[in-house]
Amino acid sequence: MSDVNTRIGDIVSSNDIVLFMKGTPLFPQCGFSSRAIAILEHLNVPYESVDVLQDMEIRQAIKSFSEWPTIPQLYVKGEFVGGSDIMMEMYEAGELHQLIADAGIAAQG
Amino acid sequence: MAMTAPEIEALIRTALPDAEVTITDLAGDGDHYAAHVVSSAFAGKPRVAQHKLVYEALGGRMGGVLHALQLTTAVPN
Repeated sequence: MSDVNTRIGDIVSSNDIVLFMKGTPLFPQCGFSSRAIAILEHLNVPYESVDVLQDMEIRQAIKSFSEWPTIPQLYVKGEFVGGSDIMMEMYEAGELHQLIADAGIAAQG
Repeated sequence: MAMTAPEIEALIRTALPDAEVTITDLAGDGDHYAAHVVSSAFAGKPRVAQHKLVYEALGGRMGGVLHALQLTTAVPN
């Protein structure tokens, strides 16, 4: 258990933006993950994704790591931001742009 | 083992008695819902904390028997 938490900690600290999701950005396997990817694509920022369907250990542990019961989960600069509903609310309010800009992450050219 | 909209609303209102809960059955299949929850309990809390209050009210069903619940939260005007 502590090993997988270390792995998750490494993933979220070594990627400015990382989405834990079901499936891949090209082939999301769940509507919520698909929505989260669409938001990240609209923001036009570089991000990493982790397919929890390919890693059962992470799939279970991520929920206690963040104390959040569902996937997808977005992390920016090592901080848990929320799931797809919160991403959508923040996106619509312009808060997600702001969070990413404040984190010093530039949009892709 | 899906849940009905009244079951979801009852669980939320047990934990957040003042909550106004609006539930929409998105697909008409009793398995994909959207819930809008308005409660004074959310005042001053960040969104993640607001959503966690609702998830706690659902007592571990979120991500389990309740797979698809789109959630939005707000504080009463």
